[in-house]
Amino acid sequence: MKSFTYERVHTPAEAAAAAARMPGSKFLAGGTNLLDLMKLQIETPVHLIDIGKLELNKIEHTLTGGLRIGALLSNTDLAADLSVRRDYQILARALLAGASGQLRNKATTAGNLLQRTRCPYFYDTNQPCNKRVPGSGCAAITGFSRQLAVIGSSNACIATHPSDMAVAMMALDAVIETINPKGKVRLIPIADFYRLPGKTPHIETVLEKNELITSVVLPPPSGGMHFYHKVRDRSSYAFALVSVGAILHKDGSGQIAVGGVAAKPWRNKSIEKVVPLGAKAFTEKLFAKARPTQENAFKIQLVERALEGILKEGRS
Amino acid sequence: MKDSKKLILTRREMIVGTATAVTVSLGAGTIEKVESLTINSADIVPSATINFNVNGKAQQLNLDTRTTLLDSLREHLQLTGTKKGCDHGQCGACTVLVNGRRINSCLSLALQHEGDNIVTIEGLGTPDKLHPMQAAFVKHDGYQCGYCTPGQICSAVAVLQEIKAGIPSHVSEDLTLQPEFSNMEVRERMSGNICRCGAYSNIAEAMAEVNSHLS
Ligand SMILES: Cc1cc2nc3c(=O)[nH]c(=O)nc-3n(C[C@H](O)[C@H](O)[C@H](O)COP(=O)(O)OP(=O)(O)OC[C@H]3O[C@@H](n4cnc5c(N)ncnc54)[C@H](O)[C@@H]3O)c2cc1C
Ligand code: SF4
Ligand code: FES
Ligand code: FES
Repeated sequence: MKSFTYERVHTPAEAAAAAARMPGSKFLAGGTNLLDLMKLQIETPVHLIDIGKLELNKIEHTLTGGLRIGALLSNTDLAADLSVRRDYQILARALLAGASGQLRNKATTAGNLLQRTRCPYFYDTNQPCNKRVPGSGCAAITGFSRQLAVIGSSNACIATHPSDMAVAMMALDAVIETINPKGKVRLIPIADFYRLPGKTPHIETVLEKNELITSVVLPPPSGGMHFYHKVRDRSSYAFALVSVGAILHKDGSGQIAVGGVAAKPWRNKSIEKVVPLGAKAFTEKLFAKARPTQENAFKIQLVERALEGILKEGRS
Repeated sequence: MKDSKKLILTRREMIVGTATAVTVSLGAGTIEKVESLTINSADIVPSATINFNVNGKAQQLNLDTRTTLLDSLREHLQLTGTKKGCDHGQCGACTVLVNGRRINSCLSLALQHEGDNIVTIEGLGTPDKLHPMQAAFVKHDGYQCGYCTPGQICSAVAVLQEIKAGIPSHVSEDLTLQPEFSNMEVRERMSGNICRCGAYSNIAEAMAEVNSHLS
């Protein structure tokens, strides 16, 4: 690990201001992703701003009947919250399908959203990787790509976003609330939050430099039946090959987001009206523009089967 | 090194910027060193003081900022019961309890634990007075080589508390109900602790025994 200076901040405004004052700094939340990457010198901040003790660790009901989830709330506490378990089961299910008990105790809402890809070449500093070293090339495109993206990828990067929680947040139309060093608050719908790789795969979200996530806001409960099906190589403590988060409504419509297939949770609201036509029709439409590799083309069929299972359960 | 100048500048700013901050302690010696430094950024080793409580004892340590909680326990407090397996959050050998909750101490900086209460395997029980979970591991052969065992035991103790506290898991069927102890729950909840010797089924039996005494 490269050496760094460290400070602890006590308010969100202080955190954003500290980041503006210290070029090359990073926010440290749980640290379960950042420290891992720093040990490998994939991330090399010169200064860490520890936001772990900010009072952004609560869940509040919003005036409109939704939930405001603090950026620093642990994944365990979010999944165990009674309102979440009753009204946003898709979110609790997605969280509980991720990582391990120990990691969920430490991982935070914002850190989970911003965790970086698990592309094996991103982790191997001997390999070219445009995400890690912009302009160096992409070892994955000609390498082992079984775990990587099938849609939304570019000639510069085919990595996926590894978060389970973000898939549920996408299906729920969550809104990300931030503050910048000038104290300006911004609301970013999750559909606009992640960027596809294009030519700049190292820029992963629309967050500005030094912008701090303060909370994630959920709209009022939409009702319906909630599902999160994660398909992986072992049945616990493993990242998804694919995952399907779905909320099915009585009228046959649904809110469906898919994980493990792209640089962001994949959702296309405009085709959700074809959900009643079945998993095959929906999956075909969702992946109409897919460009899988030979090794990962199976993921599309996996999504179809996972969705098929969900629709069956929904009907019974 | 073309960015050494920038680095020095930012470190100076840092020192100026935190002169009044109580949580960061950079000695005057470090400042001089920064100013006389010309090339090698590796020479600057920022350090800071941390106060926490380990196994009931208050501790104050001055540490290189990079020190993980795991290394602070093993290398600075000589509490070598907690093990380093992977150092990347993938095995659970480093599991300790922080304010009653289990975490991977390898993926946490010691500095993140100002004021925290930490319990390691040494704090759970002693050879003369074993914690019930330690006794049950011995009785049920919950280990072979023993390397993963301190992490397994800390995790196992926390799992029983998590079930009691109503925290659901991936295999809990109805999320709105209080979860109940079962073999499936144990297998899912203990998945963050890998055992190369494959003592899993015996660990589950040890946990079942301790659980039966609890309820
Ligand atoms: C072995 C292992 C298995 C895992 N398995 C899964 C899995 O199956 N599914 C899954 O979804 N995840 C999995 N994870 C990832 C885990 O969920 C993430 O590491 C965790 O959610 C990150 O949260 P954190 O608070 O620790 O983030 P940190 O590591 O502290 O931060 C991550 C990034 O977010 C930035 N950041 C944090 N908070 C803010 C904020 N408020 N505003 C702006 N920026 C911020 C940091 O600067 C950093 O760049 C796994 C991790 C490990 C190590
Ligand atoms: S797919 Fe993206 S993350 Fe993986 S090697 Fe290529 S550029 Fe890097
Ligand atoms: S040493 Fe911490 S999880 Fe392996
Ligand atoms: S007892 Fe040997 S690794 Fe678990």
